[in-house]
Parts: sequence; C-alpha cells; structure tokens
Amino acid sequence: MINFVLTRLLRAAVTIAAVVTFAFVVLRMSGDPAQVLLGPDAPQDAVDAFRRAWGLDQPLWVQYLAYLKSIFTGDFGVSMRDKAPAIELVLERLPATLQLTVPALLLKLLIGIPVGVYAALHRQSFADRGVILLAVVGFTIPSFVMGLVLVLIFSVILGVLPSGGQDTWVHGILPTITMSIGGIGILARFSRSAMIEVMGQPFIRTASAKGLKWRDVVWSHALPNAAIPIVTIVGFMVGSLIAGAVVVESIFSWPGIGRLLVVSVTNRDLAVVQCILLVIAAAMVVSNLVVELLYGWLDPRLHARAGH
Amino acid sequence: MTPLLEAKNLSRVYQVRRGYFARPNPVRAVDDISVVVMPGETLGIVGESGSGKSTLGRMLLGIDPAQAGEVKLEHKPMPPLRSAQWRALRAKMQLVYQDPLAALDRRLTIAAQIGEPLDIHQIGTKEQRTAQVEELMAAVGLRRDQAGRYPHELSGGQRQRAVIARALATRPSLLVCDEPVAALDVSIQAQVVNMLRDLQEQYGMAMVFISHDLKVVRNVADRVAVMYLGKIVEEGSSDTIFRSPRHPYTKALVSSMPVPGKQLQGRIILQGEPPNPAVRPTGCAFHPRCPLAIDLCRTNAPALRRVGVQRTAACHLVAGDAAAVAA
Repeated sequence: MINFVLTRLLRAAVTIAAVVTFAFVVLRMSGDPAQVLLGPDAPQDAVDAFRRAWGLDQPLWVQYLAYLKSIFTGDFGVSMRDKAPAIELVLERLPATLQLTVPALLLKLLIGIPVGVYAALHRQSFADRGVILLAVVGFTIPSFVMGLVLVLIFSVILGVLPSGGQDTWVHGILPTITMSIGGIGILARFSRSAMIEVMGQPFIRTASAKGLKWRDVVWSHALPNAAIPIVTIVGFMVGSLIAGAVVVESIFSWPGIGRLLVVSVTNRDLAVVQCILLVIAAAMVVSNLVVELLYGWLDPRLHARAGH
Repeated sequence: MTPLLEAKNLSRVYQVRRGYFARPNPVRAVDDISVVVMPGETLGIVGESGSGKSTLGRMLLGIDPAQAGEVKLEHKPMPPLRSAQWRALRAKMQLVYQDPLAALDRRLTIAAQIGEPLDIHQIGTKEQRTAQVEELMAAVGLRRDQAGRYPHELSGGQRQRAVIARALATRPSLLVCDEPVAALDVSIQAQVVNMLRDLQEQYGMAMVFISHDLKVVRNVADRVAVMYLGKIVEEGSSDTIFRSPRHPYTKALVSSMPVPGKQLQGRIILQGEPPNPAVRPTGCAFHPRCPLAIDLCRTNAPALRRVGVQRTAACHLVAGDAAAVAA
C-alpha cells in the first residue's frame, strides 16, 4: 500500500512538473508582455526598462531556474499588471468559481446518474430512448452555444433570470445550468451503459435466482459494480472543478478563476497564468489520486496490484 | 413415485430484429417441450449450441417465464415472476452457470457469497449460518482459509466449487447445471462432475444437467433428452440412448463420441449447415442434414412418440410412418 501511494505521488509530481515547464515555455514564446502591457507606441527605453525589471532580458533557462526556485520557496510570482502576488489574485477568485462548479457538479451527479440507471433498468422503453436522445443533445451542444441559448430564452424572451453578473444567487442559476448540462448527458450515458453491462452478467441473474428482492439485486450487486467506470468520469469532473468554468464565466461575466485566466492570457500576465495552470493541474492530479484509491476499495481485483 | 418437476408444452419465442426497419423474425428457442424430473434423478439435456437447451433450463427454474405451457414443482404451478412466493421458491431450485467468474460478484468474498442465500431466506441464526458456510465449503472441497478470498484469487475449478456451494446453501430439491464444466480444464472437469454426483446423493436432490459434451452427460445422467432446434428429438434412459440411439441425429452424435483405446469407427458426418434457429426448415427441422430423410420429412414434422420402454423419439422413420405412407 505504501509502495502504491509512493508511486502515485511520484507520478503526480512528474505530471505537475511537466505542466509547469510546458506553461512556462509556451507562454514565453507566445508574445512579449512588455509590448502588450505598454502598448505598441511605447518608447524603446521604457520597454527595455520593463524587461529588465521583470527579468525578461535574461536567457530563457535562467528565467526558468529562477521561476522553479521561487515556486519551491512558495513564491508564485507577482502580477505584472497590479503588482499583487499572483497566488492571492487566484485564491481571491476561487470562491466565485466554486460557487458555480460545485452546484453544477452536484446537479450532474444527482440527475445524470439516477437518470442513466433508470434508463438502463427500463431498457428499450420510451423513457430510455428519450434519455439517450437528450443525453446526446446535452453533451454535443458546446457550452458557449448552450449558454447563449439559455440567455436568449430566460433573460431576453422571458426576462426571468439575469444574463450576467454575480450580485445574488439568482445570477448563478443560468451559468450553473449551462455548466451542468453537458456533464449530465455524459454521466447519464455512462451510467446507463455501465449498468446495462453489469445487469447482463450471470451473477446478477444468479442473485435474482437465489430469491433476492429485485431492489436488493440492483442496490447491493449491480450498482456497486457499475460504480467502477462511473467513478472514473466523476473523478475527471471533480478535477475540473476549477478549470471547467473558463468559457461559462466569460459568457456570464462571472468574476472567477476562468475569467481571470482569460484576462491574464490576453494581457500576457505571465505569473498569474502560470499560477492558475499550476492550481488547475494540482486539482486534476489530486482528484485522479483519490479516484485510484477509490478503485482499490470498489474493486478487490485491484488490491493485489496495489500491493495490499 | 410422483414427479418433482413437471413441465408441459413449454414454448419460448424470441423476436429477433436485424436493424431498426427489419421485420421482427420469430425464433423458437423452445418449442412445445414437455419434460418430467423425478426426485433425486439426473436428467441430461444435450444438443448443439442454439438448440435451446439453456433457455429450457431457465424456464424449468421459472427464471425465464414460459410464454406458453406451464411448470409445476411438487404439483404446484410456478408463481408469477419475482413475486414473494416466487422468491421463496428459489430456495428449492438453484442454478449453476458455465462461467463461474461471471457468476460471482467480484466485490464480495466467497464466504459472503456462499452465505448470501441463507441470509436472503433467513435460514438459521447468524452463528448457524457461519457454521453452515464452513460446512458447505468443506463439502465442495474448499479450504477453510479460502473463505476470505475474492473470486479472482481462486482458480477456475475453485470458483466453480464456490458457485456450487452457494447453489447448495438452501438445500434445494432441484439443481439446474447449465454447462457447469465447459469452462474448466479437462482434468478439473472430472473432479467437479464427480463432486456434483456425490453431493447429489448426499443431499438427495434432483439435477438437470445441460451440456453439449456427451461423455460428461453419459457419466452423470440417469435419463437423457436430446434437443435439436428447440425441440426434443429423443428421450430415454442414459444407457439406452447411448447404447442404441434411434433418432438419426442422436445416432450421429453418439457415433462421434470417442471411446478410450479405440479408433473412432463408423462415424456419421452430418452434412449441411449447422442449425440456425432463425431459419427453421419446414417439416422435420433436421431433414436438411439427415442422411435418411425421405419426402415426408420435408413436409411433415414428426411428433415425439413412444418407441420403447420409457423411450420417445420424434422421427418418421423410427415410428414407422414411412411404412404407413408407402402402404
């Protein structure tokens, strides 16, 4: 078990290192912050002074080593725009993002999984076909289209919900729904197929042939076994709690991390972008780690590989 | 002696659709079959894949409800599927599948699975159940220290032993085994078959043994029913069926059985396509492959009739219809 955890932690560290490096190199190759921040008409000596002040005149590898060193000392850099520590800017925005993504995740789980399981248990019925159809529609429509359609219906035509801003909880309704629809569709389809596969297994028929009540067959044999593939998908959803809101926050002008990321990229605010990517990668890596540990608990066959 | 299980005129038709717009094609998996199982005896059911033997097995247990016909256990008709009485009846009739790994819940230890039927039917106190599970494990030759193992930690033979122990937990009076050893190595097959026979004697239960493997069936069955495309074509005691088969299909099957130490002789090689239940030939379903088929076989389906002591066959040639037509 200790071996298992150690290898997973090592792998997680490698993943984060790769993300950090990639983000660093790509950002530095994709445009000059001095030009963007100071504008195209800035005099050359102002640009040079800016570069010197932020260390941008150094060779790339020197900048990279300095960056690594500062990360390990807990310093995630300072925003080039408002001189505030990047990590503070990010953490300040975190609650707003979680206000959308956590309720959206709950909606995905509470609607997607039961609907998928219901469809599987009533296979080929009218309800089942309806679920499949809606699920496909749900996850094929991109969130920027879905968001605009919802705004059109509920804000423009019906005028019952606000189309943007973060003033009250009512403002959160449309973005939360927009964000959850795709996930509901994906979870419904996934739960359905996982459940159908398990329900076709002889041990399910045996459980019923032993005289077990149908409800107990579903609850104690089918669902725990179907949970294994579902947990994978849910793990991804949990991992993207922070990253998943970029598009939706932009549509609904929601002041979360996603908006901050978009603005910072436009401004070439390197420290902030790097900090956000690091936080996103860390969230994904941690949730994957949790999923792997959950597997061991859900599926005894993995105990052996995990080294007991 | 009164029969334990009586099945009369069982039929099961599946509607098979090839694609959304195709017309549904009825497949007669089980076509008007009647069988009787006496207490303590073993009925072997043999046939090729697709002959409907597994469907018949499930219908005898009442897991697959009969579309036509009826099943009676101890003279009482089968209660409606999944009703309380139906569930209570499960304690009396149990099932062993071909693939033991699929038949076990991979998330539970084998002791938990062997004990589950006892929990479901609330047999005995908790301590008694634990003792019962230990006893069952010993009866099927599993070691005590294997109780906490998960299915994937056992060999194929051990898994099938666990499945059998689970089936025996409620002391059923009828056990239906659907290809119970087909997934096992030949060396393990004999062990498991012999164990099943011993347990049957010990527990005094009747067994329906479904298999495509004639030598295994010959080994365990008292009586044998031969199925072809959803119908029984011949039935009789195991000895007589294997010693002097009457139906041409049975003859072909029996002629292909290897006998140790002897070269296979006089083997009847069947011509034509293997049977497809979706495209059922007219008349006798076996006529396209039958070396002896006459005109009558192409048009009229032969009925299952008595052809000897405790023996039936469905063939015009055996029953003497041909002579009647000729005369």
